[in-house]
Amino acid sequence: MTARLPFTRRAVLAAVTSVLLSAGLPAQAQDDPIKIGLVAALSGQSAKSGESITRGITMALDKINGEGGVLGRPLELVSRDDESNPGKGLVAARELVQREKVAALIGGLDTPVSLAIVPFVNGAKMPFLGPWAAGTPITQNGAEENYVFRVSAVDEIVDEAIAEYLVAERGVSKPGMILINNPWGESNEKGLTKALEARGMEHAGIEKFESNDVDVVPQLTRLKENGADGLFLVANVAPSAQVVKSLDRMGWDVPIASHWGPAGGRFTELAGPSGEKVHFIQTFIFTDPAHPLFMKLQESFPEIETLADVTPATGIANAYDSTLLLAAAIEAAGSTDGPAIREAMYGLSGVEGVIKTYDTPFTPDNQDALGPDDYVFTHFVEGEIIPLAK
Amino acid sequence: MTLLIAALVSGLGLGAMYGLVALGFQITYSVCGRVNFAQGSMVMLGAVLGYVLTVRAGLPVIVAYPLALIGCGLMGVVVEALLVRPFANRGSDAWLMATVAGGILLDNAVLFTFGNEPRSLSSPLVETSWQILGTGVYPQQLLIPVVAIGAALALQLLFRRTRQGRALLAVVQNPQAARLMGINTGLMISGSFALSAMLAGAAGLLIAPLFSVHSDMGTLFGIKAFAVAILGGMTSAWGVMLAGFLYGLVEAFVTTYLGSSYTYIVVFALLIAVLAIKPSGLFGTAALRKV
Repeated sequence: MTARLPFTRRAVLAAVTSVLLSAGLPAQAQDDPIKIGLVAALSGQSAKSGESITRGITMALDKINGEGGVLGRPLELVSRDDESNPGKGLVAARELVQREKVAALIGGLDTPVSLAIVPFVNGAKMPFLGPWAAGTPITQNGAEENYVFRVSAVDEIVDEAIAEYLVAERGVSKPGMILINNPWGESNEKGLTKALEARGMEHAGIEKFESNDVDVVPQLTRLKENGADGLFLVANVAPSAQVVKSLDRMGWDVPIASHWGPAGGRFTELAGPSGEKVHFIQTFIFTDPAHPLFMKLQESFPEIETLADVTPATGIANAYDSTLLLAAAIEAAGSTDGPAIREAMYGLSGVEGVIKTYDTPFTPDNQDALGPDDYVFTHFVEGEIIPLAK
Repeated sequence: MTLLIAALVSGLGLGAMYGLVALGFQITYSVCGRVNFAQGSMVMLGAVLGYVLTVRAGLPVIVAYPLALIGCGLMGVVVEALLVRPFANRGSDAWLMATVAGGILLDNAVLFTFGNEPRSLSSPLVETSWQILGTGVYPQQLLIPVVAIGAALALQLLFRRTRQGRALLAVVQNPQAARLMGINTGLMISGSFALSAMLAGAAGLLIAPLFSVHSDMGTLFGIKAFAVAILGGMTSAWGVMLAGFLYGLVEAFVTTYLGSSYTYIVVFALLIAVLAIKPSGLFGTAALRKV
């Protein structure tokens, strides 16, 4: 070493101080909350769904923190509104990871938003749990180290289920598709085509419409003229309502099996009484006002008076279970390190959620916790989602 | 045959909506060569005020809807005074961006106050549809072209036959001379923005029962209506109305016969082609100035 050191005394002092300070951090951090980020549509047409996700996470955090938290630290929710916009969702996810230093991300209500976030979380080794968006490629994203998990419906499995329902239960022989024109619609176009091919059936056409279209009669007339005797509907609540209004105007009474879009809002108010004819899939519904989670929801959110006020219950249940699974994985990992949490996800068992008890919910080949056995067919009756009478 | 009738009914219904909103562009353009790009938000404002006054405040329609229209008119005056006049007086074209920004501001203000959920504004005219030749039509859909054509007719009469109308036209021809002749040009321009916003609000009230009421319901209407106004040539109410029907029909026919994947590609490609051949629009008389 020469006499001329490359740093000044002041720099050395600063370095030593900072090392000492950071060494002191872990002891202090024990009480610091572990942050969980949420990126979801909290405004706009899907706001009601975003609200239900927030409620589900809040209920789960209350439970976990009431039982002493995770790794001896409380969990804290940091939410960002993506306004159903993929660009805004990605910016929000980055901000939560880089600035807020969240341990994991939950969210992505809309498939296009989730698809925008997926490459980022895989690159950043950040666990990402989807409680809603059902697009098949979200979890089946082809990444070598896949950090994306889901506690929700999966388009491909939903498509198989609604195809089975229309064909077996409603005797439809030539269904038509009326799908929203976005990546979610495309994901289901693939799934439905596959489900029909597996049955050796042909379809009466695939029609797309925009989320702000007032009149869908031209598309529906094409399907009708091609001999459609049943419809697959994939769209969020307001556009789904426009399809029902257009069917009403045409005077076309046809069996409709739908993805769960209608559950996202006041479907029968928007669509009118014919909205009750749309049969759609859910992963969970409250049927009993004495359900423990429902009673806790009422305590925390006084505006909830009846079962009709918790639509969509699916969002609450999926988000609640997602949060419990995530907390169990962080606890098992023993740290908030992304790769460790991911590894721990594969080893989970006996996690009691509201939809079911999860034993090995995730494997590297299947990062989806819910399957076809967890789906329920439902419809609206007087503003409330109820299971279809068998 | 069913396809043809369905396309005609849908096309004329949509076309009447576009035309009615587009008339608002035509009015202010005729008077001062400027437009309110927040026209789509005025459509939304009419529907939201209508919803709030009837459903939430419980007023009867006959009181609530005129109040909603007055609200839209006042908003038009505010837009002109705050977002157009200050820039126009300085000879700047920044009013263009200012009105776009004003529209976004209004949409978001409504999002926070009205709520983020789409709601339904009911009308007795959409409860049952009339079946004709394999397709159906709601009475509400027939009301829209009646109002739209009535409005176009009234505007034509106003501009050509009344003292006030001729005063309005004088303003556009030569504002200086008009002022010297004792015409209150400021008031005329302000009034034209109020009338324009009221027409958009009326469109909102008429469309809402066929659609849903939410903060961004007017955005697409605003854009399409502007395309219609340009296509119609901006100078005559009849031209704009006709362009509206034409636009609606092309949209419905492309969707019906080619499929919905082609709708926007074909419609906007046609629009560009028409403007390339006739730069002043289909029914325009003078060359378009920059707007």
